[in-house]
Amino acid sequence: MNETVLLTLLTVVTAATPLVYAAIGELVVERSGVLNLGVEGMLLAGAVSGFAATHASGSATLGVVAGFLAGVALAAVFAFLTLSLQSSQVATGLALTIFGVGLSALVGQSLVGVALGGLPDIAVPGLSAIPFLGPLLFEHDALVYGSFALVAGVAWFLSRTRAGLVLRAVGDSHDAAHALGYPVIRVRYLATLFGGGCAGLGGAYLSLAYTPMWAENMSAGRGWIALALVVFAVWQPGRLLLGAYLFGGIGVLQLHGQALGLAVPSQLMSMLPYLATILVLVLISRDAGRIRRNAPASIGKPFHPTV
Amino acid sequence: MHRRSLLRKALLVGAVLAVSTIPALAQDDPLKIGFVYVGPVGDHGWTYRHDIGRQAIEEALGEAVSTTFVESVPEGADAERVIRKLASEGHGLIFTTSFGFMNPTVKVAREFPDVKFEHATGYKQADNLSTYSARFYEGRAVIGTMAGMMTKSNVVGYVASFPIPEVVRGINAFTIAMRKVNPEAETKVVWVNSWYDPGKEADAARALIDQGADIITQHTDSPAPLQVAEERGIVGFGQASDMAAFAEKAQLTSIIDDWNDYYVERAQAVIDGSWESQDVWMGIDSGMVGFADYSEAVPNDVKEAAEVIKAGIVEGSMHPFQGPINDQSGEEIVAEGEMVDDQTLLGMNYYVEGVQGELPK
Repeated sequence: MNETVLLTLLTVVTAATPLVYAAIGELVVERSGVLNLGVEGMLLAGAVSGFAATHASGSATLGVVAGFLAGVALAAVFAFLTLSLQSSQVATGLALTIFGVGLSALVGQSLVGVALGGLPDIAVPGLSAIPFLGPLLFEHDALVYGSFALVAGVAWFLSRTRAGLVLRAVGDSHDAAHALGYPVIRVRYLATLFGGGCAGLGGAYLSLAYTPMWAENMSAGRGWIALALVVFAVWQPGRLLLGAYLFGGIGVLQLHGQALGLAVPSQLMSMLPYLATILVLVLISRDAGRIRRNAPASIGKPFHPTV
Repeated sequence: MHRRSLLRKALLVGAVLAVSTIPALAQDDPLKIGFVYVGPVGDHGWTYRHDIGRQAIEEALGEAVSTTFVESVPEGADAERVIRKLASEGHGLIFTTSFGFMNPTVKVAREFPDVKFEHATGYKQADNLSTYSARFYEGRAVIGTMAGMMTKSNVVGYVASFPIPEVVRGINAFTIAMRKVNPEAETKVVWVNSWYDPGKEADAARALIDQGADIITQHTDSPAPLQVAEERGIVGFGQASDMAAFAEKAQLTSIIDDWNDYYVERAQAVIDGSWESQDVWMGIDSGMVGFADYSEAVPNDVKEAAEVIKAGIVEGSMHPFQGPINDQSGEEIVAEGEMVDDQTLLGMNYYVEGVQGELPK
């Protein structure tokens, strides 16, 4: 029984990790006042690049780097269009998703049906020997550890550093930030590129660790769940981590429930992440103070420097 | 009178000319064949195999044909637009390869009586609209037999897509065959509500293995469940195409959709002018349901038993849905010596004995 619980929880970790990457990146992007709906496209770009690089070089490390860079590259296109050319963020983000789906399919044509070894697990010496908790927390591949570090890093950056404060200021009121002399466009560029890189890492996790293969559209909507997750978390990193594990956990537990013979409609379970997000949206909009505290006030608005 | 016969002559000459120019045209211009796919050609499963069939037409008929395909077409209003576009662009033969394309295909077929249509897995025909499907459940009876002989935990995991008759029929055929050789064995089913979501399919396989399954089979399109089987050191069966590259040790064999011969034959029939509307449901005997090579992990007696089932199905001496068949409560629904007819098979909406859990409605 213990064994089953452990294995189930391990599955939850692998299901949640790509969501953590994609969502934490988008959280930073949105905190800077930019709404990038292209997460799904960047995930796929990261997945195909990561897989292709690993396949060509034999090095998973290179694959992860390539996934990151592919995400950054796609985000750079988005940033240029929306921040420099002032195109609509919503429309451009949607276009980025469609573009990413098509581009990754094109690039990945020759990779269909190719198999890879996948990322090796790294057991933390000593700690992984702890019964139950050891294998659960200290026996993963590098990207899982990376996701924990990333969330902690982002939380620290946003709430404890001056640069994080500037980023939030830019997201809350770009006019005020601009008047104070902060480089609004540059901050948003950097945040958008960071978000793209994170989504790329999430994609690389999908194609290198979660299911080590490339298949068209393999992200299967996780980019959209990541977007919902950011709202669900009310733009807070800690809650985001919790939410990712909750969303990942719901998905895995419903599969276990079925195998156990529990008659829960699986369609209902599939829509739970979105239902939960709507619920959170309703709850937070009843409490205006809470929204003001957390939601970036100028999200999605284009910035025209007036002076 | 005179004038009338002159007119008649002129008409006759015109008709002869018209008739004689059609084959001439047909010889000069290749037959344009269009394919409408529901998924990407790179899915390594359902759509991938249809595209292999398209390539087989090109290879076999060369200059006489030219083919085009439109992939990832959503089932619904968009499909109608795509099919109509292909028809109006001068395609003489159009394959629509998903169940959900049925009504759009019927509609467009009515508007283009000179274009031949072939719809996979549907049940509505017309003078210029054929339907075709494969009896994949025959393949599932073969792998079910293998699973029954090879399982040690007597729990076999089944990763399933949607609770439609096609999938339920597969689960039942598999389970009936498995329990013929091993009455203790049971099938655990997990529905992922997707034809294609590698991550979810993998998680479903993990859940099944965590709950004791030592063999995994699937009715979804990605090789992810087999990869999980490989990772956890157990075995399973591939789906739609040979997935051995993803799971060298884990894949025992795989059911392969093989549309090549049928596609070439139907294209040739259009060129010859012998194409007629029909409704076919072909199985192992036609080659439409094929198999990947057995892996080294398959013991000889299991191979032999599988071959006996294959041969029996081809000869007609064995039928996957031969009675006695019990429902989940243990009550006999098909008596000894009787067989489930095609009509019931096409609408199958219940589990047989040996499948755990409730069929989602």
